[in-house]
This record gives sequence, C-alpha cells and structure tokens, in this order.
Amino acid sequence: MLPALIYIVIFNYGPMYGIIIAFKDYKPKLGYWGSEWVGLEHFRRFVTYPEFWKLIKNTLSISLYSLATFPCAVILALLINEIRNTRFKKTVQMVTYAPHFLSTVVMCGLVTMLVGREGLLGHLYGYFTGENQNLLAIPQFFSSIYVWSGKWQNVGWGTIIYLSALAGVSQELIDSARIDGASRLQVIRYVNVPCILPTIIIMFIMDTGSILSVGFEKIFLLQNALNMDTSRVIATYTYDIGLMGGQFSYSTAIGLFNNLVNIAMILIANKIAKKFSGIGIW
Amino acid sequence: MKRKKKVSMFDVCNTIFMLLVLLIIVYPLYYAVIASFSEASAVASGKVIWKPIGFTLDSYKQVFSNEKIWIGYANTIYYTVCGTLFNLFLTIPTAYALSKKNLPYRNFIMTIFMITMYFGGGMVPNYLLVKNLGLLNTRTVLIILGGISVYNLIVTRTYFSTSISESLYEAADIDGAGEFQKFLSIAVPLAKPIIAVMVLYYAVGHWNSYFNALLYVSDKSLEPLQSVLRRILILNEDALNQALLTESLSADELLDAAKRSQLAYTMKYAVVFVASAPLLIAYPFVQKYFVKGVMIGAVKE
Repeated sequence: MLPALIYIVIFNYGPMYGIIIAFKDYKPKLGYWGSEWVGLEHFRRFVTYPEFWKLIKNTLSISLYSLATFPCAVILALLINEIRNTRFKKTVQMVTYAPHFLSTVVMCGLVTMLVGREGLLGHLYGYFTGENQNLLAIPQFFSSIYVWSGKWQNVGWGTIIYLSALAGVSQELIDSARIDGASRLQVIRYVNVPCILPTIIIMFIMDTGSILSVGFEKIFLLQNALNMDTSRVIATYTYDIGLMGGQFSYSTAIGLFNNLVNIAMILIANKIAKKFSGIGIW
Repeated sequence: MKRKKKVSMFDVCNTIFMLLVLLIIVYPLYYAVIASFSEASAVASGKVIWKPIGFTLDSYKQVFSNEKIWIGYANTIYYTVCGTLFNLFLTIPTAYALSKKNLPYRNFIMTIFMITMYFGGGMVPNYLLVKNLGLLNTRTVLIILGGISVYNLIVTRTYFSTSISESLYEAADIDGAGEFQKFLSIAVPLAKPIIAVMVLYYAVGHWNSYFNALLYVSDKSLEPLQSVLRRILILNEDALNQALLTESLSADELLDAAKRSQLAYTMKYAVVFVASAPLLIAYPFVQKYFVKGVMIGAVKE
C-alpha cells in the first residue's frame, strides 16, 4: 500500500500544493517560494475579464443541456428491462454499450467527418436548406452536437447501473400490481421507477458535481476557430491561457475557481436530495 | 382477452423503439466502414448510404503505408502494457490492505484517497510538477500518470471485503502465514475476476488517452496512436496534404492531387476503423467483465 500512498502524495497532493501560485505572481525563475504574493488579484482579474460572463454562459449552457438529457439512460434502461426475448435483450445491451469504448479522438474525428460539409449530416442539412454546410462551423449547433454525440456514445453504458437496480425489483411486487389490473406502463411508473429512485438520485447528484467541468477533452477536439464563440468554456480557457499563453498563475486561479464551484454544486445537490428524499452520497 | 392485446401492443412499440435505437447506434459505425471501402468521390458527394460504392481498398493501402500510424500503434501498445502493470502494482495491494478492518488509520487513509476524487491541482500545477520532475518528453510520464484511479481502488476494495471470507485468512493465520503470504497465496488467486476487470478498465484507459501525451510529450517518435489520430482526423495533417502545399504542380498533377485529397478523406474513415478494430473485436468477449466492474461499483454507492 505504501507505494500507492507515496504516489498519490506526489502526483495528487503535489499539484494541490502548487495551487499556491494562484495567489502569487509565479515566475519560473523564482520558483514556488520566491514568487511574490498577490492575494486575490488573479481572481479579480478573471471576474472582471470582459468575456467572463460569456465563458460562464457557454459552460453552463452546455452542462445544463447535458443534465437535461439525464433521463435518457433511465428511460432506455426501463424499456430494455421490458424486453421479453432474452436474446434480443442481450443484443440490444451489447450494441448500445459498444460506442463507449471508442476513444475520444476517434469519436470526435467521426463526428467532425459526419457533420462536415462532405459528411452525411452535412448533406442532410443541405437537403433541407439547399446548401451543404460544415455544421461545426455554425456556433449555435455546437452544444447540440456535443451533447447528442455524447449521448450516442454513453447512453447505453449509463443503463447498466439502472438495469442492475431493476434486476433487484421484487417480482412479487410486479405480479401483484398486474393482478390489481395495472398496465405495463403503470407498473413501470408505480413500481419500477420508485424502486430504482435511490440509484437515479445518486447518479444525478454525481452528474451535478461536474456541472462546470464539461468534458474538456471532447470540447477541445471539436472546437475550431468558427465555433469558438459558443465552444469556449472555462476548462479550455485555462488551457489556452495557461499552457499556450504561459500565464501560469492566472490559469491556476481559474482552475481553482472552477474546482470550488464544482464542489459547491455537488454539496448543494446532495443537500437538496437529502432534504426531499433522504438519499445522498454522504 | 382485451388485456392480452394491450400487452402485445406495448411489446410491439417497445421492439420498434429498440430497433430504432439499434439503428441509430450502429449506423454511424456502419457508415464509417462502408465509406472506408468506397470510391472517394462517391463518399464526398453523399452517394454512399447503404453499401459501399465502387469497392476499393485504396484508403487502407494509404493507412497501411503510413508509418506514423505504425509507430503510434507500437508506442500505444508499449504504454498500455507497462501502464496497466504499474496500475495493478499500485491498486491491488492497496485495495487489499484497505479491505482489512484491523488496518490502523484505515478511514483516514481512505479519506486521503477520496479527496483526490473531488479536488485536484488543475492543469498548470500538474504540468509544473511533471516539468520539475524532469519527466517532460519521456515515455515514463505516459506510463505513470493516472497511476491509480480511486474509483477502481474502491471497486477492488469492495470486492476484497465482500467476496473473500474472513475465515480463510484466519485459517492461514493458524498455519502461520505472514501478511505477504496471505496476500499472494489467498487474496490474489481468489481475486482473479476483479483483477481481470481492472486490467480491462486500465488498459482501455491507456489505449484511449490522448491528453497526457498532448500536454507532456512533444517528441513525435514518442507519440501514442491517439495523438497520431488527432493529427490526421482533427488537424487534417497528413503527408498527402503537405505534399500538395509544397510542390508546384502541373495540370495533370493537379488532377491527381485533387483525387488524392479526396482519398485523404476516405482514408480518415479507414483510420477510424483500423484504430478502433482491436477494442471492438475484443469487446464482445470481455463485455461481461466490464459490466461486472460497474455492478461492483454500484454496490458501494
């Protein structure tokens, strides 16, 4: 166990220590210690940055959009659970899980090609509007492309956890509901859903916690000069100014801000969930 | 009678819906495959929809003659194997130790691990750390970063503490076995299923990761496959296009060049296929292990 502890201290707590540069004016020559303290200067600079609200707006609109599609996996799981034919059920599960294993790069490459001017969706767009377009070059489509390609990739995988919860629903409960004359839909609504509600709530809290850390790796790959207006989010901004622009301290400060907001969100979501349903992570 | 009819109605709708879902999931992948086998010009003009048009292996010839892809492949295999071994070395013994109820400071240690799930230094401090350790542009950095996933640690720990009976250890104690012996001769053999799950989780993670390479490695001969793919798929860099830019061309060559740039497009589909094939082929055989991992994780939550 010791190696793992040492590892985690170096590679996870080491960078946390590095956060102090968020409050300093870090100069590589002077090192962590030698650099001058500047207090909250970097945070002030970020909040007063002219594009600040736009960054927040882009980040929030993409993540709230994703959060709004949260029920997709639940619904799919409920319906898969209703499939009677075991072989068909297994096939559906296997096929819907598969895209989860594509790498982010391959996934984004595929998306870029399909929505491109010469791609399938580009052609489809041309069919309706008369002109083929690279859909990634249209800013207002960015969030939809991002969210729905993500759903395509992960909705199946997301059902596993609900399916395992559904497998635990007592058959007696379902049978007695059926005898009382409940229809299949009613059984789903009044038996299955309440039974897996704890799982749903916990997954929802977890999702809320990542509200500001939208999938950076993917956005980064789908981003281009033309959709920058809606695709620039807090995480990609820290990359642009930090590692590309070399403003280490400023970028660290933004990263810290981001992280703290996430933690706050997860705590709030947890509290609300606990109040209404008595279920929470902690 | 009436009720029976209602039930089958539901089944019909559900089946149709599922078929639709299957179609939506499968079609983009299928499309990538048929596009990679089709005549480049047919793909570009949107004629390829249900089956390849003008069957050709040209794009695959391009892919296989691109040595950057092979270097990337070799690097990725190396990083995946070494990285996964390193992951196991860190995860399995730690999970074992944490599953022991008599471990001193057990909760405190667990908290130290858990905190890293929610809070981290962020991109720049991580970068500076790697830089200060002198690990920029080395193979080592791609192997050791992401050394332990706390989520996986918890999953493994849960497995150890729920699936291996305490009485086995007690029996070993009576026989005079030490901690290491107990770990190696009792826990590890019994934990084979969870070790398989971990191997798969970590290996897929290494295989698919590109971001660490982007941040920490700029030497092209060290690049993993995903970085090469990013150049080809996202940044549209490849040998063909570059040749177009640098050479001054005659009319004939220009025509040839136009053809080649279309070929570069179908080649991308071929690249997608070549890069994902190993995982997708292996996937049906190992699927149950992945699912098992998620299930054990769910127990904890």
